[in-house]
Amino acid sequence: MKRIFASRELLLLVAIALVLGIISSRFPAFITLSNLAAVFNDTSPLILLAIGQMIVILTKCIDLSVAANLALTGMVVSLINISAPGLPIIVTLAVATGFGACLGMFNGILVWKLDIPPIVVTLGTMTIFRGTIFLLTEGKWVNSHEMSDTFKAFPRTELLGLPVLSWFAIAAVILFTIVMTRTTLGRAFYAAGGNPHAATYAGINVGRTQFWAFTISGALAGLTGYLWVSRFAVAYVDVAGGFELTVVAACVIGGVSIMGGIGSVPGALLGALFLGIIANALPVVNISPFWQMAISGGAIIIAVVLNAQANRTKGRVILKRAEHAT
Amino acid sequence: MKRRTFTSLVAGMSLAAGMFGTTAMAQDNMRIALVVKALGIGFFEAAAEGAEEAAGELGNVEIIYTGPTDTTAEGQIEVINSLIAQGVDAIAISANDPDALVPALKRAMDRGITVISWDSGVAKGGRQMHLNPSSTPLIGNTIIKLAADHMPDGGEVAILSASATATNQNAWIEAAKEVLPNYDGVDLVATVYGDDLSDKSYREAQGLMASYPNLKAIIAPTTVGILASCQAVTDAGKIGEINVTGLGLPSEMAGCVDSGATKSFAIWNPIDLGYSATMLAHAIANGAETGAGAEIPMGRMGSVTLDDTGSAAMADPFTYDSSNIEQFKSIF
Repeated sequence: MKRIFASRELLLLVAIALVLGIISSRFPAFITLSNLAAVFNDTSPLILLAIGQMIVILTKCIDLSVAANLALTGMVVSLINISAPGLPIIVTLAVATGFGACLGMFNGILVWKLDIPPIVVTLGTMTIFRGTIFLLTEGKWVNSHEMSDTFKAFPRTELLGLPVLSWFAIAAVILFTIVMTRTTLGRAFYAAGGNPHAATYAGINVGRTQFWAFTISGALAGLTGYLWVSRFAVAYVDVAGGFELTVVAACVIGGVSIMGGIGSVPGALLGALFLGIIANALPVVNISPFWQMAISGGAIIIAVVLNAQANRTKGRVILKRAEHAT
Repeated sequence: MKRRTFTSLVAGMSLAAGMFGTTAMAQDNMRIALVVKALGIGFFEAAAEGAEEAAGELGNVEIIYTGPTDTTAEGQIEVINSLIAQGVDAIAISANDPDALVPALKRAMDRGITVISWDSGVAKGGRQMHLNPSSTPLIGNTIIKLAADHMPDGGEVAILSASATATNQNAWIEAAKEVLPNYDGVDLVATVYGDDLSDKSYREAQGLMASYPNLKAIIAPTTVGILASCQAVTDAGKIGEINVTGLGLPSEMAGCVDSGATKSFAIWNPIDLGYSATMLAHAIANGAETGAGAEIPMGRMGSVTLDDTGSAAMADPFTYDSSNIEQFKSIF
């Protein structure tokens, strides 16, 4: 099984290198270090969300409310910023992460305690969160001149050559790689999705594991919410509209199985980078917007086919000895 | 059944009373109702201000600024019914639904009330004329002019639109391309689509800057696009090199104008719109013709000529820059 992960990530790396090669033949400036850093920075929100989404998908769930969570948390911190412009950034970050986590917990509780299918729960909360933004603001926008300068400057602040936004993505990748591979909670996510019955026998509370998955996804979405609204210096109801599907797509391309139990942080990272590179490259290589959608869609289909292939091999594993015997 | 007859009787009586009232009142004061999509929206508050200005100029006009509390057609129908009962002389409405309001407005016209729509129109049968804030050719011309005004030596410009399938955006861009030959040296190098998403628009703007190093202006005829471009230009440190312009709302654009990323942008002026609607309602209530081709004066805004559908365009979109942004950013 480990080999499949490794090969999937290798495959993605090759694909990314290939895409970069094609792009650079049409637009050489794309692969300069500074531009690649800019692409990574632009993809950082997607990476953060994809990591959260991956954990949720691992447990056989799906979180469609991430983009709405992002928008609502972004609006809440923007409104807080208007009423208290002097608030230290660390407090804003804590509020964003905490508030996002609460929204995630709400999803988690519904899935865990009421046993409602996650797709229905998060489809509902997605609408609720967007609706709440409208109730908070009556559809009004929070604009750049209403946000304080420190609030807007934070994700852009350069640290060792990279903007803070990029560092958040890097930190999340490192942190969650450790969590997923070195902690009991991390292993529980795999167990709960890979084989819920076996996980239950092993003493893992599947519902509670799913609850924590949603909480982590929510916290990351909340954090991204602040980074997003401050980066684009605007908050409104439709912020990141439809972004949840891009996030799921990044996971799928990254080799995360929609059936649960398979996936890794590096996979989600590479999946997000793949989409991020395509999204950033298409504007400069001058392709019709309709082709842009087709290319992203094509990449997803190919990834799903590969995933299905991977899952099939996995199913045969038990029979391997019998196969050899015949 | 019984109750319905009773209510209609009461309505009839109050109507009759209302009509008597009207005739009595018309001699000293004409009452024009400005009906908006919903109360409490800055844009419409500003339109009401314009209506009051027109009333002041006309002298014997009383403005009734009203509307539902939420943007529903049902709410507006209630408002219209009560205005019919009050026997106003004219209704100028920005409709929440083009068709749903037609029966109520027809009833109003049957009672001799002048009905016009403005901003957001009513179907042809439900009003005597419709006032568009602007027209496709005027908008197309304005967005190119905004860019050309700040590049005396000409140069490359690019358009950042909403989605590739947005009808109004495409019509404006077509109109802009048509007037392009009139602007010497202005070279439209690309049209890209940000889908009205901040992140995609931002990336497209970055892409434009990377692909066209000599770009002088980004024209975004959409509020999300213009803000995202402005942010992308600011982050790239190209304020002063690239002027971001197009259509936006003053409240949203104030930051961009302050930073200098946007020298000027345009949108219809709600004050002018309320003013013109009032002037037109007044003229029509006083007997102005409303057939196709009719020309109706509207005070300081000049005059409009009606087309086959009974609609007309008010003016070029109004230009906002550092000189007037402070005044308008709190309005809408």
